Amino acid sequence: MMAEPMGFFTDTTVCIGCKACEVACKEWNQLPAESGGANTLSGESYDNTRRLSGTTWRHVRFIEQFNEDRSQGRWLMMSDVCKHCVQAGCLEVCPTGAIIRTEFDTVVIQADVCNGCRACISACPFGVIDINPITGTAMKCTLCYDRMQAGMIPACAQACPTQSIQFGPISELRQRAEKRVRQLHEAGQTDAYIYGDESILGGLNSFYLLVDEPEVYGLPSNPQLPSRNLVPSATLSAAGAAAMGLLGLVSLRKRRMDRLAAERRAEREESAEPVEGGEEGDA
Amino acid sequence: MAECHPVAFRWVTQAKLRGAKVIHADPRFTRTTAMADIHAPIRAGTDIAFLGGLINYVINSERWNTDPFFKEYVVNYTNAATIINDDFKDTEDDDAAGVFSGLIEYTGDPLNGFVAQYDNTTWQYRRTAVGDQGRSGSTAQSGEQEVESGQPDAESQEVPSGPPFDPLVRALLPPPAETDPTLEHPRCVFQILKRHFSRYTPEMVAEVTGCPPETFIQVAETLLENSGADKTTAIVYALGWTQHTYGPQMIGAAAILQLLLGNIGRPGGGILALRGHATIQGSTDIPTLYHSIHGYMPAPSALKQHDTLTDYLKTETLPTGYWANTPKFMVSYLKSMYGDAATPENDFGYDWHPKISGDHSHMPMMVAMMEGKVKGMFAMGQNPAVGGQNARLQRKALAKLEWLVVKDNFETETAAFWYNSPEVKSGELRPEDIQTEVFLFPSAQVGEMDGSFTNTQRLVKWHHRAADPPGDCRSDVWFTYHLGKRLKALYADSDLPRDQGIKNLVWDYEPDEPPADSRIKDEPDVEKILKEINGYYTETGEHLKSFADLKDDGSTTCASWIYCGIFPEPGQNRAANREPDPPGTVGAHLNWGYAWPANRRILYNRASARPDGQPWSEAKKWIWWDEEQGQWTGYDVPDFAATKAPDTPADPNGIGLDAHSGTDPFIMKADGKGWLFAPTGMVDGPLPTHYEPAESPVRNPLYRQQTNPVLKRWDREDNRIIEPEDPEFPYVLTTYRLTEHHLSGVMSRWLPWLAELQPELFVELSPELASEKGINNLDWVRIRTPRGEIRAKALVTRRMRPMQVAGKTIHHVGLPWHWGYQGIVTGDVTNDLSALVGDPNVSIHEAKAFVCNVEKA
Repeated sequence: MMAEPMGFFTDTTVCIGCKACEVACKEWNQLPAESGGANTLSGESYDNTRRLSGTTWRHVRFIEQFNEDRSQGRWLMMSDVCKHCVQAGCLEVCPTGAIIRTEFDTVVIQADVCNGCRACISACPFGVIDINPITGTAMKCTLCYDRMQAGMIPACAQACPTQSIQFGPISELRQRAEKRVRQLHEAGQTDAYIYGDESILGGLNSFYLLVDEPEVYGLPSNPQLPSRNLVPSATLSAAGAAAMGLLGLVSLRKRRMDRLAAERRAEREESAEPVEGGEEGDA
Repeated sequence: MAECHPVAFRWVTQAKLRGAKVIHADPRFTRTTAMADIHAPIRAGTDIAFLGGLINYVINSERWNTDPFFKEYVVNYTNAATIINDDFKDTEDDDAAGVFSGLIEYTGDPLNGFVAQYDNTTWQYRRTAVGDQGRSGSTAQSGEQEVESGQPDAESQEVPSGPPFDPLVRALLPPPAETDPTLEHPRCVFQILKRHFSRYTPEMVAEVTGCPPETFIQVAETLLENSGADKTTAIVYALGWTQHTYGPQMIGAAAILQLLLGNIGRPGGGILALRGHATIQGSTDIPTLYHSIHGYMPAPSALKQHDTLTDYLKTETLPTGYWANTPKFMVSYLKSMYGDAATPENDFGYDWHPKISGDHSHMPMMVAMMEGKVKGMFAMGQNPAVGGQNARLQRKALAKLEWLVVKDNFETETAAFWYNSPEVKSGELRPEDIQTEVFLFPSAQVGEMDGSFTNTQRLVKWHHRAADPPGDCRSDVWFTYHLGKRLKALYADSDLPRDQGIKNLVWDYEPDEPPADSRIKDEPDVEKILKEINGYYTETGEHLKSFADLKDDGSTTCASWIYCGIFPEPGQNRAANREPDPPGTVGAHLNWGYAWPANRRILYNRASARPDGQPWSEAKKWIWWDEEQGQWTGYDVPDFAATKAPDTPADPNGIGLDAHSGTDPFIMKADGKGWLFAPTGMVDGPLPTHYEPAESPVRNPLYRQQTNPVLKRWDREDNRIIEPEDPEFPYVLTTYRLTEHHLSGVMSRWLPWLAELQPELFVELSPELASEKGINNLDWVRIRTPRGEIRAKALVTRRMRPMQVAGKTIHHVGLPWHWGYQGIVTGDVTNDLSALVGDPNVSIHEAKAFVCNVEKA
């Protein structure tokens, strides 16, 4: 039974980079800090978390954009998370069926089924998934499936002070997002747009309002499913096999024709003259 | 604000989503600037030049001079029209000398740190000196300087005694001030103000602050467009304004600007001080400050004419304005201290009350400690080994104590100074030589006790215990109460006069029944404490409902008059109210928490209505006069006498609010006006003036006087302050906070989830400065000041920028100060670089601007 699709709309224009989402996620899911907290300075702006991993399921990115005379300058902030794709590459390749689509249209890895085979890690075009070193299994954001089942909202959305991370039914979020993009365009910020509508992997149930190219935020502009190559490569394989088969048949026939021709030649020479040596008759 | 108050910043975000413009003035580009529409980059310490420039621009602008709103507000609600003493000299005089009239030598205790002082006689209103209650901030008015505070000329006055004290108050009535409502008299406040800021042009602002003139003008125009009858602008500040040797004057400059723009007392206007700790507002309301007693009354002082209760009331009571009720506040407070032992015959125990004798604030206390004059210290939730200025000196001072009690969540740097500080590691101090006995008491957390938070908008919210603290951890209330009990027991048999105070101290907060759901059976009943703060009728114990019910004869008991009304009946703790207004209604959410005083959400809200009592506009109506009902009404609790009509004239013989007319919104001021010019109350001048920080790479472009002429400084070999433009220290060093950490790191560097977010101390510098010094991102860097040196990793970023100031390029170097030598993540102590130097009004240290040098380490 399918309840309504639920997810996140993240308005990055009101993100203040406070990282409450990172901490709330770790606290709710009891995920460990990097090296017990004794992390190192990355030197990449205020981002010491660096990337999503098996034990970090929310990651705030900081992008500094300043020209030399400082007349133009902005600091973009964005809380990265699993995109809960409508067409999910990880789900496609999972051999054990650990990865499922829930009744909320979110994508969840069932930790007790996962065997740590790592296929999903390479299948994800966003680099979201990794192995949790403690469990040895692949882990990522669950969109707080447990909280949702209890009628609560995800921990990150609850913690976000400026409501950059908004949670709700996808249909409602899409309307809200469109309205916000229009508001920004009217105020002169014409580079605002939605990343994650249906044109990307059927739609991302964690979609974003961005103000620059996706690559600036570390996102792919044209992510594809692993199965994108299935039809072309299967077709090519089949065509290749057919070509090989044909070549094989042609080659077999040629060999047989050559052998038959050689046999006939030998018979003609035998009946024509006495043989001197007999080399040709030696086989 | 986004950096340090991210949750409060949600309101700024919501305002932005509804079209508000956000302006951020800061030397750096921070997480707040990322949300701002305009960034005004200003050199650290030059805010008065910037604000003065805005004042000058506004009063000379066409909009301000043609839209009738501004003049109507300013003439009626501020002291713009008041005429000042003929002998007053401004900083513009004597060829821009940069000092006011009355500068004299300081002859008090050198431990108080003043380098000079002002005699403010010539700053007074002509014909009459008007007093100012030395209340919310002014430590200097606690007797360390011989300045006027409270009632001027108090010493020479003969007054009757009391109770009742009304005749005493009446005897203090001064003659009225002279005014010129046309604002043209050459010695009226408005003309003095205009002249004082006349050289603060956009070009001068650029020269001093480094802010491009176009950006400055954009800010000024935006402020003008968004002020007036239909729109208001709010100014929000934090330690970027307080932590300077002229911090209160910076805030004063904002007050002048907001008064001129008519933004005070109106919704969406005002000045919001973002205080830095969860309930630091509460800790000044019911104070842990040495110079104030509850409700911002001045602490009795051995240095003032405070020998008897009558002397105290004569000196500290303002006869006009609401502070005329000081006798009622003080007597009710003394009853809360000494209970039945406080009687009219013994002046309600006034003689037993401790008297202060100088500046007992943090900096001079540590200097005294270094000189061996302090025996013991309680550091409860405070970590001077990291948070104190010139932290090396402070750690060495701790070694001079006989005993030190640290009550905190973890073993802080202060608790561990004797074996793990840099001084011990370097061999400069040896643990075996340190005689200090250190006690570490573990603390309970917020969720483990009942209590209150008072936040920055005076809003008091109750919090409830959710779980017991583990082991020996206890709340501060438990600790203080049981310590007091044991001390009282030790003095129980003493007959010495000096011990009568503690003997008679009311100290019963035992729970009537031990709590059923806690294993800690002796936790004090905080509701009993709240009742004492709220107040009650002495005889019956019936709760008071309002401070209007306070009496000066001992029949009421009330610890803190400003909180009176928070607990009007048993079972009705208004701080625990959690009822917001329904969505879509316009209102002040009066049932969400409790805002002192009297649950007023916007102070001085009489100013939200015109002099005739009607709202300035429909869009900005807040309270207004209801002619039919004969009272003030509206969305908020009126901050005015409830039934006083707008056209009520002032009573020339009246005391208290009777001395004010129906158009005097500033009820706590003696003259009922917002002060553009402060004849008293500020010890470093009646008007804000641009001075350079105590250390600067720049000579003051505006005046011959370089720095605040009366700042506080402690001249010691280990506290060197360098001369301006010293080539060895050419860069401006500024210190600040990050979202991920809290203060000295005790609440954050011990938590893995926070430690990993910002694990290492870093120093921020521009790519221009980095390339000049051959420093790459993540290189180890040595940062040096005249006090010491530390190491940090470089974070090279264009968010720091070189500035053009007074004809040369000035670089800022920035350091967060959260790191110390204890915890999961450690680092050098940034405060090893700062100095013991501070503001003379309130003894706050200068942490936002001094000089340094950097090099690759």
